[in-house]
Amino acid sequence: MRTLEQTTREVLDLAAKHFQLPTGSLAPEDDFFKKLGIDSLQTLEMLSRLENHFGIELPDYEVQGVSDFKTLAERIQSRL
Amino acid sequence: MLDLSQYQSIGAALKDALDRFAGEVCLIEADRDREKERLTYREFEERAHPLAKALQDKGFSMGDRASIIMTNQSRWLISAYAIFFAGGVLVPLDYKLTPDEQWQLLKHSGATVLITEYPIWRQLSASPGRASANVQTVLVTEAPANASLAHAQRWEEFRGAGEPAFVPRERGDTACIVYSSGTGGHPKGCMMTHENYLEQCVALTSIYPFWPGVRYLSILPTNHAIDFMVGFFGPFTCGAAVVHLRTLRPEYVREAFPKYKITYVSLVPLVLKNLQKGLQARFDALSGGKRKIFNTLVAVNKALTKGRPRLGVSRLLLKQVHEAFGGELRTIIVGGAFTEPQTLQFFYDLGIPVANGYGLTEAGTAITVNDLKPFRADTVGKPLPGMEVRIVNPAGDGIGEVAVRSKTVMAGYLNDPELTAETIVDGWLMTGDLGKLDRHGHLQLSGRKKNMIVTEEGKNIYPEDTESVFEGLRVKEFCVFAANYIWPKRSMTGEQLVLVLHLEAGQQFSDELRREINTRNQRLLNYKRIHGVVLLEEDFPRTASLKIKRNVLAERLAKLDRGAAVLPL
Repeated sequence: MRTLEQTTREVLDLAAKHFQLPTGSLAPEDDFFKKLGIDSLQTLEMLSRLENHFGIELPDYEVQGVSDFKTLAERIQSRL
Repeated sequence: MLDLSQYQSIGAALKDALDRFAGEVCLIEADRDREKERLTYREFEERAHPLAKALQDKGFSMGDRASIIMTNQSRWLISAYAIFFAGGVLVPLDYKLTPDEQWQLLKHSGATVLITEYPIWRQLSASPGRASANVQTVLVTEAPANASLAHAQRWEEFRGAGEPAFVPRERGDTACIVYSSGTGGHPKGCMMTHENYLEQCVALTSIYPFWPGVRYLSILPTNHAIDFMVGFFGPFTCGAAVVHLRTLRPEYVREAFPKYKITYVSLVPLVLKNLQKGLQARFDALSGGKRKIFNTLVAVNKALTKGRPRLGVSRLLLKQVHEAFGGELRTIIVGGAFTEPQTLQFFYDLGIPVANGYGLTEAGTAITVNDLKPFRADTVGKPLPGMEVRIVNPAGDGIGEVAVRSKTVMAGYLNDPELTAETIVDGWLMTGDLGKLDRHGHLQLSGRKKNMIVTEEGKNIYPEDTESVFEGLRVKEFCVFAANYIWPKRSMTGEQLVLVLHLEAGQQFSDELRREINTRNQRLLNYKRIHGVVLLEEDFPRTASLKIKRNVLAERLAKLDRGAAVLPL
């Protein structure tokens, strides 16, 4: 079982890879809309990638209003 | 289709539709690649009647208000029908609002019944706003077996025995209270009458008809005027089917087109542009020879569809493109915000017409729509049958405020006669949008007169609704504006909000203040955030009751150079 720290790290690494940013360039508290300049649709694409990686299904409502990696990682962790 | 001129209310029309089309499929619901449910009109009625009966057993009666806060799914429509059947007034709220905002609107609407989904209720029931609203009955769908419901009841178990009594309503009665904005203490609840919907449905289906066998993919939230009309009332009164997806990840949306042979879909410009981007990338990846053939086919299609769409021809010429959309797609309806002409043209050139239009919640979904006779990407189309559009105080170039008069215009704003009187003048709805009518009767929009923005996701944002998050900011005074309201721009895209600050004497716009603004800004939903700060070194003009005179302040700010005045965050 992953710890929340591990999950958070994997979320950050995957998001960086998905948006072609250097590994380590994202922080847990980062607002991904602002930091990555992405829209809600691109966020959904990122979520699909995270779901595949973690082998979970994250309903749309679970990520409603979430805009930082830390909270996103917590939501993922709760479903692992 | 039912002859809607014969009906007095949404409930009466839907009731007859369920009988008339009893054996037709009306709803398909899928979660990712799994189909969860497929209901005929008869089965829909069998689900809705026990709910209507249970509501009546609880004392719910004519004119009582019931709110739905749900994602797009079958229970949304079943619940809405039950409310109309029982003579109630529906208050559809956006499930994407925060719990506080939802409670504010529940309170304002006077809803006594709330129907929602378990995950939404989990957040709502934990919010302190609950105490202020008058909601007495809460029905929660899909709650896990061991879930704590916080005094709510399970929707699935809320069933009355026996037949409910149908409660007739009149055309002029309020059918829905739809909030066009107002989450920051200035609720704008549009009182939409049964006549508004009946007339709008007749007008829209005269151009974009539904019939049994048509499948409409419901993506826009059903609380939104467009989806309520073309993803519920319109298809139901014609015996068509509505397809709901429980997740809106792009890959599942793409799969739904061929899987369910979709006929119509409504999208916001953001999603349409994303589709365009995806298709363009695929076209760009074609090898030289294939690309040449493809471009030739597109050119032939363009020539053959110049005067009007010819779906059969386009589907033959550009078979692979159309098959990716299931081969049955007739039209993409786009709404909620302004769509760039080149995006509309891109799809039309592929033989996929985009029904571009213009509307406001206050006017009952759509005012104008492109009738495709011929297709034009540079306008928002012509007024729908029954709509009168005129341009008020046009300038030399013919541009002025767009005003509308029709049976689809709302009765007024709930509990706000003053705002109603400002908005509906001598029977004309003043839209606050600027545009002109060309010699062919097409409406061309060119900007806004009102202090608001519309995002590409179709969200209407009123600056006042974002201000509460900045309350207590350590400055002398502040105010949020739509930048284009201060510095009028002949554009309907790329609109942004700015925070105007009047600092205390001697105070600097420090990094600390910038950080605090950023932190507070992040508390807002992403599409509501401000994009820059404007500093003003004078007191804001105020009324006797100390309200900011926004129009006067905007005039003062307009004297500043926009490029230099707006500081990035």
